[in-house]
Amino acid sequence: MYDAGKIIPGLIVFIGLATVPVWYNAGTEESGDRPELTLPQNADKCVADLEFMRTDHMNLLNEWRDRVARDGERYVEIDGVQTEMSLTNTCMGCHDDKAAFCDRCHDYLGVVPYCWDCHLTPEVIEKWE
Amino acid sequence: MLEKALTGGRRYWGLVALFAGFVVVGVYFYLQQLEYGLGITGLSRDVTWGFYIAQFTFLVGVAASAVMVVLPYYLHNYKAFGKITILGEFLAVASVTMCMLFIVVDIGQPARAVNMILHPSPNSILFWDMIVLNGYLLLNIVIAWISLDSEKKGIAPPKWLKPVIYLSIPWAVSIHTVTAFIYNGLSGKSFWLTAILAPRFLASAFAAGPALLIILCLILKARTKFDPGREQIQSLAKIVTYAVILNAFFILLEVFTVFYSAIPEHMHHFEYLFFGLEGHSALVPWMWISVVLAILAIILLINPNLRRNEGVLALACGAVFISTWIDKGLGMVVTGFVPNPMGEVVEYSPSGPEVMITLGIYALGFLVLTVLYKIALTVRKKVA
Amino acid sequence: MGVNRRGFLKIAGVTAIGVAGKPCFDILSEAAASSSGDKKNASGKRWAMTIDLKACKGNEGCTKCVDACHSCHNVPDFGNKKDEIKWIWSEPFDRALPNQNHAYAQEAAKKSPVLVMCNHCDNPPCVRVCPTKATFRRDDGIIMMDYHRCIGCRYCVAACPYGSRSFNWREPRDHIDKIDPKFPTRTRGVVEKCNFCAERIVRGKLPACVDVCPEKAMVFGDLNDPESEVRKVLKENYSIRRKPELGTDPEIYYIV
Repeated sequence: MYDAGKIIPGLIVFIGLATVPVWYNAGTEESGDRPELTLPQNADKCVADLEFMRTDHMNLLNEWRDRVARDGERYVEIDGVQTEMSLTNTCMGCHDDKAAFCDRCHDYLGVVPYCWDCHLTPEVIEKWE
Repeated sequence: MLEKALTGGRRYWGLVALFAGFVVVGVYFYLQQLEYGLGITGLSRDVTWGFYIAQFTFLVGVAASAVMVVLPYYLHNYKAFGKITILGEFLAVASVTMCMLFIVVDIGQPARAVNMILHPSPNSILFWDMIVLNGYLLLNIVIAWISLDSEKKGIAPPKWLKPVIYLSIPWAVSIHTVTAFIYNGLSGKSFWLTAILAPRFLASAFAAGPALLIILCLILKARTKFDPGREQIQSLAKIVTYAVILNAFFILLEVFTVFYSAIPEHMHHFEYLFFGLEGHSALVPWMWISVVLAILAIILLINPNLRRNEGVLALACGAVFISTWIDKGLGMVVTGFVPNPMGEVVEYSPSGPEVMITLGIYALGFLVLTVLYKIALTVRKKVA
Repeated sequence: MGVNRRGFLKIAGVTAIGVAGKPCFDILSEAAASSSGDKKNASGKRWAMTIDLKACKGNEGCTKCVDACHSCHNVPDFGNKKDEIKWIWSEPFDRALPNQNHAYAQEAAKKSPVLVMCNHCDNPPCVRVCPTKATFRRDDGIIMMDYHRCIGCRYCVAACPYGSRSFNWREPRDHIDKIDPKFPTRTRGVVEKCNFCAERIVRGKLPACVDVCPEKAMVFGDLNDPESEVRKVLKENYSIRRKPELGTDPEIYYIV
């Protein structure tokens, strides 16, 4: 192989860099088991079931976003109850501790949703009340 | 052919390092802008488009000027330009790249730019601008690369390239017609609501672009083994001469229309530019410099004896470039907002970070240009 | 194998297009369907507002409408004109209605403060220029902003002939006097403006500015309802609009 002295070390460095997400946190606190979520105390049912929410809560929120902001619909009927399609009022009305619920999975997966740049969280609201 | 960019002498790497340095500084300030918001610029509630959009508008013209070399060669068989079409096309690539970067740094939520594709809005001229700019970039990359590659191999370019080149000619006209349409379709901005805006864009583009191309050719002739040729440079110079006269004529047409009809709202913009309005006169010195430079350029270019002197020609082209830069950049974009819709004068001047980001993008454009020209010249030195 | 490199690349390219074709088609067709923005508003209403310039006490320091709007919508106050965001404010007569102003105009009219805000035009130039349909016209006439979709290009700000729109040049949250928990804030990089209190009228309330005005100078209602108060006011009084010659068809009527 020509230039083996440059290629082999180069390949090793490349593979190392490309697999950083796999080995960087190995053995530390952040790695390992799935995050534990603190469920709300004051409610027993969410707007949809667990499996759906696990895989699709972001799509549900997108759909709500479009229906409220673009189509002007504010309420959706869930189990016979007129429910407001609102992240702050409905979702976080029950899941009021962002750090103990929402952030657990998001931080674990390295996801940074920008919803809360605008939409208020219960902590922010408390500060102002 | 890209590997030709990786070998070069000290002057080449010096240029690359210089431009790369400015790019790094620009990136640093852009990160600051992402963190703080566009408020880091001099823009305000009243002047919402400024330096960035001004550069974009100006560079769209420079990019379109490649057609001034391509059209005579491919449509009218003006063989002399065959030597420099590659220079024009690569200049177009670098310019369009800069245009799009200026737009990216100007929008408030750049990560959402893909929304323009996910939610296409043909009613918006910005949507069409995205299409024509990207299309023009692609066209020029393909045309220039394949032409150069064929030249390197000593064969004729593939047959399908001809219709693509023919397509690039009206496409070049479209990029700054569409850019002009961004402005001149707005009923609320009387300064821009004029049909002659698109022809003005064309005229100043065909002045500024070939002027820059002439300066680049003269630099190449002085610093490298590549001589673009006396006849080529003189033909370009004639194009610049006519374009600069036409541009000045169009501006005078505007001035007549506005001041003879004497509608106050229309006059206010021109008064602000050339005399100052309500005590605000930040742009006045700039505009008169632009006028003086344009007159100087016309005098130097109209006389064939002066035009044939390449030193004088370089000076005249520099004057043309700076004059059109002021006229199209500062004198057109910012003035649309002054006075504001309420008739108030709120002035604008770019902030430090804004200037550094602008310089960074210009540096990136010139870096791209340097690399592309290096590749072209290296290929030619091998062949010729 | 008889396939050379060029042939292989051609086959690969066609395959890629074939594989990518359906997802792209799905995205674009979904985008086209949902991006119309003009969801049929079953209410059939057409909202408009009249403002009685003589009744407004803005000259005597009353800013109740501005304060009400800005506080219930979490509009920030940066303390400088450059970054200013305002949804509703008062302009002198000769600035808001320049084509009605002349040297011998009625003094009382000339001195009136003119409340200006988004006119919710019937033929809005801002909607025409938005490249993502982030600002769009609802069937009931309200020009809405979708802050999620706005890319912050500020084309709408340039297109508005009335200067009604503001851009978030900086992060607004730290500069809000008191956050109203019922309404979100915005973030830097998006354009905002008066929304005719869409979130209030859907709950049967009046816009905040109309509600709080002590002089009842503003009347809000449905133009499609011939019995509405706003139709009555327009029938009984002479009304003008801002820059009507531009053809934007604004729906804020000023009673002079």
